[in-house]
Amino acid sequence: MAIETLPEPSIPIASPLRPRFGFFTSSPIIAVASLCLLIIVVLSILAPWIAPHDPMQLLPALRLKPSSEQFPLGTDAYGRDVLSRILYGGRISLLIGFGATVVSVAVGLLIGLFSGFFRWVDAILMRIMDGVMAIPAILLAIAVVSLSGASVFTVMIAITIPEIPRVARLVRSVVLSAREEPYVEAAISVGSGLPKIMWRHLLPNTIAPLIVQGTNFCASAILTEAILSFLGAGISPETPTWGNIMAEGRAFFQVKPSLIFWPGLLLSIAILSVNLIGDAARDALDPRMKQREGGK
Amino acid sequence: MLGYLLRRVLAAIPVMGVVALVVFLLLRLTPGDPAAILAGDNATPVQLERIRASLGLNEPLYVQFFTWINKLLHGDLGVSLISNVPVVKMIGQRVEPSISIAIATIILSVIIAVPLGVIAAWKQGTWIDRFVMGLSVLGFSVPVFVIGYVLIQLFAIDVRWLPVQGYKSIAGGFGPFFERLVLPTVSLSFIYVALIARMTRASMLDVLGEDYVRTARAKGLGEIAVLFRHALRNAAVPVITVIGTGFALLISGVVVTESVFNIPGIGRLTVDAVLARDYPVIQAMILLTSLLYVAVNLLIDVAYTLLDPRIRY
Repeated sequence: MAIETLPEPSIPIASPLRPRFGFFTSSPIIAVASLCLLIIVVLSILAPWIAPHDPMQLLPALRLKPSSEQFPLGTDAYGRDVLSRILYGGRISLLIGFGATVVSVAVGLLIGLFSGFFRWVDAILMRIMDGVMAIPAILLAIAVVSLSGASVFTVMIAITIPEIPRVARLVRSVVLSAREEPYVEAAISVGSGLPKIMWRHLLPNTIAPLIVQGTNFCASAILTEAILSFLGAGISPETPTWGNIMAEGRAFFQVKPSLIFWPGLLLSIAILSVNLIGDAARDALDPRMKQREGGK
Repeated sequence: MLGYLLRRVLAAIPVMGVVALVVFLLLRLTPGDPAAILAGDNATPVQLERIRASLGLNEPLYVQFFTWINKLLHGDLGVSLISNVPVVKMIGQRVEPSISIAIATIILSVIIAVPLGVIAAWKQGTWIDRFVMGLSVLGFSVPVFVIGYVLIQLFAIDVRWLPVQGYKSIAGGFGPFFERLVLPTVSLSFIYVALIARMTRASMLDVLGEDYVRTARAKGLGEIAVLFRHALRNAAVPVITVIGTGFALLISGVVVTESVFNIPGIGRLTVDAVLARDYPVIQAMILLTSLLYVAVNLLIDVAYTLLDPRIRY
């Protein structure tokens, strides 16, 4: 048969599975961003083994000491080792960032699929989503945390709630256009069950936009966690998170600015890396956007 | 046009209704006794009873909701649990700094971001373009409080050009007011500049390929006139839109900036209320900012018709 001789399509078909490992080395910027993120993730995971001190250990005699051999980044206002706190802090910040992303994508996907497919729930669900979207995310998050008490779990939920409507709307719009496609109509007419239609025909369409949305949200979730901690509305202050270290450093900013700058630098690098990867993922998954945005 | 306006205003009502419901249920659906949550761990029964009475927590849920809505519609946002001052009055006293920062930020950002975006689109693919886009990703990624402290260190501590923190009302003279507004505004502008520059560039790229731009060039107009008079005007609608959707970003930014610079605005008021679990204040702030967000986006929709005569409703 002539099938083998068919030419390769001239326009690369955007498939969510296409950019595998090659994606991370596709440009020097992405390679550096991925490497930075990888280093931060590995350091955070290995914190219990590589941190020189216990991040909670109070040494009141050694308050606000400058860098030394014993304390590479000095100590904070309670005599705790800053380097160890920063290493441990990455764990919570990243855990909440990734966790909030997974939960918001999962819940938003479910709502979006149903809303896009069933007209009768659509009207109600979307009005609720509109309302939640109108509330500034930070205010909603701090209100949730202040009422339900601050723990890793409640902070994660508080960051997740404002994002769910955005995911749901995205999925809904994809489903609305996909359900008009002949293959979906065909699947309905041959009597495919609803779960099968959703799983086989609608879900794959949502993957590419969700990867992009999810990466960008991951960056903003890490940021929101830091903001909550910084404002004092996050996880309890003795727990090391980047935001908490900075919040405590505020009072001693003029004495020891590094208490704010070191965690701030790591936080910024982590968010920047995730954002760069998200932008590149969008370019890779949607060639039209690449042309429009002109390849960064 | 009038009909459209009316429809849009009517459509905002259910949105605000949902906001009110969410705010209302937030306290009531949190596990545990709401009065105990608000009063904290060391509350006496008398305090608990006072909170229950002031929020009407002894009534059935639906009665509570409608009483509350009725009060809201009459402009009564409740009384602070901590200071016993009406919330409306508290907000009124603290609104000036926040509005000053927000307006200054929007003006500064537009002045910087729109030309940046236009130039990036004009020089698409060159180092200028990459530089602007790089700056924009950076602006999205560096948290406003980190920028704030870097600026304080540089301009207030190292070279002592500007005061470190605080706020002076414009009533006390423009100089001190302006001096203290510079650093917060610049810090907050980073993310907004990033957002607007990006959108301006994308929107300009769409427009620069159009026939009328070619015609304008063909008849010998200078590049400046082509870019700003012909292209930018047509690219304006998405840019204005993003200023509206970015308004939520601005609100969260104001909250954080006011904490960094110790500014007694409504952002600081909200954070203090959250730390003290002063729920009537939190409630009011969420409602007001959401209302503001909805109103700003409504105004922007209306502005489309003025900017682009092709849009008719």
